Amino acid sequence: MDHFRDPHNMGSIKDPDGVGEVGNPSCGDIMKLYIKVGKNEAGKEKISDISFETMGCAAAIATSSMITDMALGKTLAEAIEITNQNIAEKLDGLPPTKMHCSNLAADALKKAIADYKSKNK
Amino acid sequence: MSRQDAPPIYLDHAATTPVDPEVFATMKPYFTEHYGNPASIHTVGQKAIIAVDEAREQVADFLGCKTGEIIFTSGATESNNFVLKGVLAAAKIQKPHIITSTIEHPCILDTCQHLEKRGVEVTYLPVDKEGVLNTKSVQEAIKENTVLVTIIYANNEIGTIQPIAEIGEIIKKANQERKNKIIFHTDAVQAIQYLDCNVKKLGVDLLSLSGHKFYGPKGVGVLFVKEGTLIEKIQHGGHQEYNKRAGTLNVPGIVGLGKATELTSKNRVADSKKQQKLRDLLINSILKNIPDSHLNGSNKHRLPNNANIRFDKIEGESIMLHLDFEGIAVSTGSACTSGTLEPSHVLLAIGVAKEQAHGSIRFTLGKDTSEADIKKVLEVLPPIVKKLRQMSPLK
Ligand SMILES: Cc1ncc(COP(=O)(O)O)c(C=O)c1O
Ligand code: FES
Repeated sequence: MDHFRDPHNMGSIKDPDGVGEVGNPSCGDIMKLYIKVGKNEAGKEKISDISFETMGCAAAIATSSMITDMALGKTLAEAIEITNQNIAEKLDGLPPTKMHCSNLAADALKKAIADYKSKNK
Repeated sequence: MSRQDAPPIYLDHAATTPVDPEVFATMKPYFTEHYGNPASIHTVGQKAIIAVDEAREQVADFLGCKTGEIIFTSGATESNNFVLKGVLAAAKIQKPHIITSTIEHPCILDTCQHLEKRGVEVTYLPVDKEGVLNTKSVQEAIKENTVLVTIIYANNEIGTIQPIAEIGEIIKKANQERKNKIIFHTDAVQAIQYLDCNVKKLGVDLLSLSGHKFYGPKGVGVLFVKEGTLIEKIQHGGHQEYNKRAGTLNVPGIVGLGKATELTSKNRVADSKKQQKLRDLLINSILKNIPDSHLNGSNKHRLPNNANIRFDKIEGESIMLHLDFEGIAVSTGSACTSGTLEPSHVLLAIGVAKEQAHGSIRFTLGKDTSEADIKKVLEVLPPIVKKLRQMSPLK
């Protein structure tokens, strides 16, 4: 619930390296994730900054906030593996009717990473 | 998770109301002291039937009808099911036709859809942008096989009031030239506290009420059935309620509902005035101070306690939860639809776009709502909307 009341990493990033926007057809809600990509000590590409913008229900906002926390600092390979199940677990579970909301966050992150990769081939 | 220290500011009276302490006091002896079955002939049972009779008189007085025309039910959902299924069961024609509107409560709409599957013909009349039905459309929808017209008196989401008395006139006229008379029903659940519910003035044959919407208990309701109306019972068993509705009566509930009608008729004018003033303060201040906020429904044909406002580019659910953290209870649509993702059928019916319907909040005031309550809402709401908009990808 704290992720809903006081979400982390909200807003947009100036000159992001990747942006992922997804809409939820069943409820009309929209989520946008922005990422900045840097290198870690091992020289692997990692998420150095991340933020979100969401118009959605409480679950959508909480999962947006949670995924930004989870993905920050992870390598792209790790981040892309985050599933909606992982997010829901971190939030101590979501009601079944709200699981689709957490898809938004996982999909938006995948899209943002794909966007970065397509720009940096 | 809401404020523990202060009592909640309850602005969801269209969902339900607290039982009035006076009502509660009247009900109390009928649980443990006078627990008799009103159908029993002995003295214990007689205590119960006397109380039920008194409640029946209170309700009949309120509606301007005979006591024999009052049927107690388990609530308005049952009353409305009774209307639709009972009138159809009594109709002696091949393919009966029902006229209703697109902004009825789900207990009418869902039942109509169920009946359609069984071959009943249903016309769902549209409403205008304000949510008001055009009376001419009722006239035009009447057909040879029409058996029932059912129109909600005041809507539970946007509070729009329908011209029931006018529709009553239209049906009366149409019936003069018909052999199979059209029966006219209204769902007056939301109207009871604020509008004239005299059944003769309204020209209705059937009218539904629910105890818990006007400071009575939950699980008890009324169906007014005008003498001579063709309707068959749908719940079979004992001979209770003039052999129209079987089942042992909910004595404490009925006693409470009776008392609640009495209090309502006493306080109606003063309560309406007070709530309307506060409601107008709420609406006007929100529209003035929060950009891109709009009133859903009619300004003029509106219940005095209802404000339904949409905020562009954000979700109603998030607003509602943030208000809840502040100890303020409101709703996003009607309580019964809050489990679904679908936007409100009422808002869609008045032409609100899907995304905008999702951003709507319903405030419904009650008799104990104070100016301080409204001021508190006006203080905490703008920053909530602002924060959610900052978070929104739609700019
Ligand atoms: C207009 C309207 N009709 C019917 C009902 C159903 O009443 P009840 O809760 O008594 O079944 C409600 C409230 O839920 C209502 O607002
Ligand atoms: S209901 Fe739309 S994202 Fe949850």
